[in-house]
Amino acid sequence: MTRFLDLLALIGRALISACRTLGDVALFALAGASHLVRPGFPFRQFGRHFVEIGYFSLPVVALTALFTGMVLALQSFTGFSRFNAESAIASVVVLSVTRELGPVLAGLMVAGRIGAAMAAEIGTMRVTDQIDALTTLSTDPMKYLVAPRLLAATLAMPLLVVVADILGVFGGFLIGTVKLGFVPQIYLARTFDVLQTMDVVSGLVKAAVFGFLIALMGTWCGYNSKGGAQGVGQATTRAVVASSILILALDYVITEAFFSR
Amino acid sequence: MSDALKIRLRGLKKRFGDKVVLDGVDLDVRAGRSMVILGGSGSGKSVTIKCILGLIRPDEGLIEIDGRDVAKMSREERAAILDRTGMLFQNGALFDSLPVWENVCFKLLAQRRITRAAAREKAAEVLEQVGLAASVGDLSPAELSGGMQKRVALARAIAAQPDIIFFDEPTTGLDPIMGAVIDGLIVDCVKKLGATAFSITHDMASARRIGDDAAMIHKGRIVWTGPANALGDTGNAMVDQFARGEREGPIQMELRK
Repeated sequence: MTRFLDLLALIGRALISACRTLGDVALFALAGASHLVRPGFPFRQFGRHFVEIGYFSLPVVALTALFTGMVLALQSFTGFSRFNAESAIASVVVLSVTRELGPVLAGLMVAGRIGAAMAAEIGTMRVTDQIDALTTLSTDPMKYLVAPRLLAATLAMPLLVVVADILGVFGGFLIGTVKLGFVPQIYLARTFDVLQTMDVVSGLVKAAVFGFLIALMGTWCGYNSKGGAQGVGQATTRAVVASSILILALDYVITEAFFSR
Repeated sequence: MSDALKIRLRGLKKRFGDKVVLDGVDLDVRAGRSMVILGGSGSGKSVTIKCILGLIRPDEGLIEIDGRDVAKMSREERAAILDRTGMLFQNGALFDSLPVWENVCFKLLAQRRITRAAAREKAAEVLEQVGLAASVGDLSPAELSGGMQKRVALARAIAAQPDIIFFDEPTTGLDPIMGAVIDGLIVDCVKKLGATAFSITHDMASARRIGDDAAMIHKGRIVWTGPANALGDTGNAMVDQFARGEREGPIQMELRK
């Protein structure tokens, strides 16, 4: 009986802790987002982060999308040829890339690159008193550190996903036409025949949500880091793990919202 | 010299979990004077400053600035207090992502009291006050030595011409000569601004150089206050032991249980 009660207590503590964390993150997000509509938004900081996220993440996102499109075409061909369905490859590539792989893989790449950097930078600022210094310099850290990152990531991610979509489809086209022998015009015609506006829009909505999540987890984990270098390291790891898991979980939720019948 | 109180603390208490850090701090700081708080590591010096600045919320007690209870102030009134406050952090706390000149004029730029072009000129002027060339303004904080970082942090603390300046261990990590230079700059800057200074340190030489008045905090309580030039011969066994750095005396090194 005692063991059972101990187990219940353990589960209860974990649940309470999870609820508290969820509440903390929600309040943090609200506090950060509230500065988007208040006067004095730091546009200079926003510009810096937008370039960092949108421009400097381009190579990693582009390469990931290109190779994913290539592999997808190759794997689809291997599988579909067993059922004489090779002609569906163009459709599979374009739908997979625009609906799922573009936003999810770009999200995971940006989470690794930007989410970690945000957590490390803000975490270091926390443990070296720079965040307290901001307050003493009459600057709200939520306005200066969090709000511009949230907006920059939310706006930059859809742009990255547009590039990822184009390069992913191009990767499939490349393999389809050069290696698998498809006629370029027919491959492209099949690609555009099957593609609908909603496929692209759903991917862009996912991208915006993932961008917000990556910035939220990066800033929240950094802002709440404790201790020295070890604390910053842990905050960085937590930011990447949490945003990656949330990306995958919310991918399902958004897909359900757009495409379930 | 004014007899008006700039800062008044009464019964200030703060604990973190089971650890009592401040256990009823009572302290008066007169306007235009330089108060130095002495105390060993973990005695509650930094927490006292952070409570006054509003960076940490005390559990109990009264904090008055210019005769007004900080706890009863609106957000705008607290912001107004911070607007006329400067702070030099122990490790400088300079912003790595900004060049030195932007660090120095950060508050003026954040409050849009100055254009970026004017801020560059203002930064050069303030850097000169702390003995640094204008060209230092274009460097990144990471390119500076420890002493230079302290000077830049001092420049940032005084750039907006505050009337209260807090110094958290201003000479920690510096060699004795550089420590004396920083102390001299602090005294000059505080006098020039006519500001009230509130410093915490465990460097006795620094305390004598920058302080008009001194107080000693031990186990979260103020155990002595008096003139800074009396340090070392106060008649208070704790202060005298601390000032002379003696192992034997009423202050015993506590082992963590």
